[in-house]
Amino acid sequence: MAVGLSGFAFGVTSAGSGLTLWQTCALSLLVFTGASQFALVGALAGGGSPFTAAAGAFFLGVRNAFYGLRLSQVLALPRAVRPFAAQWVIDETAAVALAQPTRRTARIGFWVTGLTLYVLWNLTTLLGALGAEAIGDTDAWGLDAAGPAVFLALLAPMLKTGTERAAAGLAVLLGLGLLPVLPAGVPVLLAALAAPVVLWAEGRRRGQGAGR
Amino acid sequence: MNVWIAIGVTVLGCYAVKLAGLLVPAGALERPVVKRLAALLPVALLAALTAQQTFADGQTLVLDARAAGLGAAAVALLLRAPFLLVVAAAVVVTAGVRALGA
Repeated sequence: MAVGLSGFAFGVTSAGSGLTLWQTCALSLLVFTGASQFALVGALAGGGSPFTAAAGAFFLGVRNAFYGLRLSQVLALPRAVRPFAAQWVIDETAAVALAQPTRRTARIGFWVTGLTLYVLWNLTTLLGALGAEAIGDTDAWGLDAAGPAVFLALLAPMLKTGTERAAAGLAVLLGLGLLPVLPAGVPVLLAALAAPVVLWAEGRRRGQGAGR
Repeated sequence: MNVWIAIGVTVLGCYAVKLAGLLVPAGALERPVVKRLAALLPVALLAALTAQQTFADGQTLVLDARAAGLGAAAVALLLRAPFLLVVAAAVVVTAGVRALGA
């Protein structure tokens, strides 16, 4: 349900950002990782160069590598199958597969969740893009607020401790502060530096505490 | 054309990281610092993207109906509303504020 809605929201946002129907559907078919897709169309709409836009999307996709790492231990897939399984390594399939008690159910969970979401995500993307074309001015319907609201909903459960809040706060300051002075797309990439900076500061503070 | 370049690069990059996770031997990325950084990177990116897509118009910062919409989404999140309702709140409030001419 949530995936269906975000797929629809993505289709609408992407079309509202000026991408064609083909471009929107190609993203959902071939990228298939929601946050990266939203980031890409947002950056392109903001006038970012194709490479800075893709870089932001790429960094958001890096988390999937860590899901894959844990999934490869749990699923123990044959090497020949891995290139096909890789496309479905996303938040939801990892959550379902890693929660299973046995390898058999983990594998079933992975493939069933992957297939269901892949079909749902692409169908709703198509509907969203078609809907946006039918509506015309998507901004009048407030649909340009769907993208950031999706980001906020993804972000909220991650803000568990002070470390996450500090990184988020610093990233907001960097992202907004640098926006007027740097080329479009670059401020987001620099805002990502908030993560290593906060980790470094935390490590230093802990090191000092241990020294005393 | 630029859009297709961006799509192509994103497709390759995002697929490569997914595949890398499945192929890289366990242990290579298991260092605590790497794990912490991987968990924190999306936090920073999502926060910056949320802020920019709410307050940016091109390269200028603006306060418009989207801010009210995001405020509504934040309230919905604090009330533990389901995902659907959070996004719907943002869309409806943004459209409402715009219709009122703000």
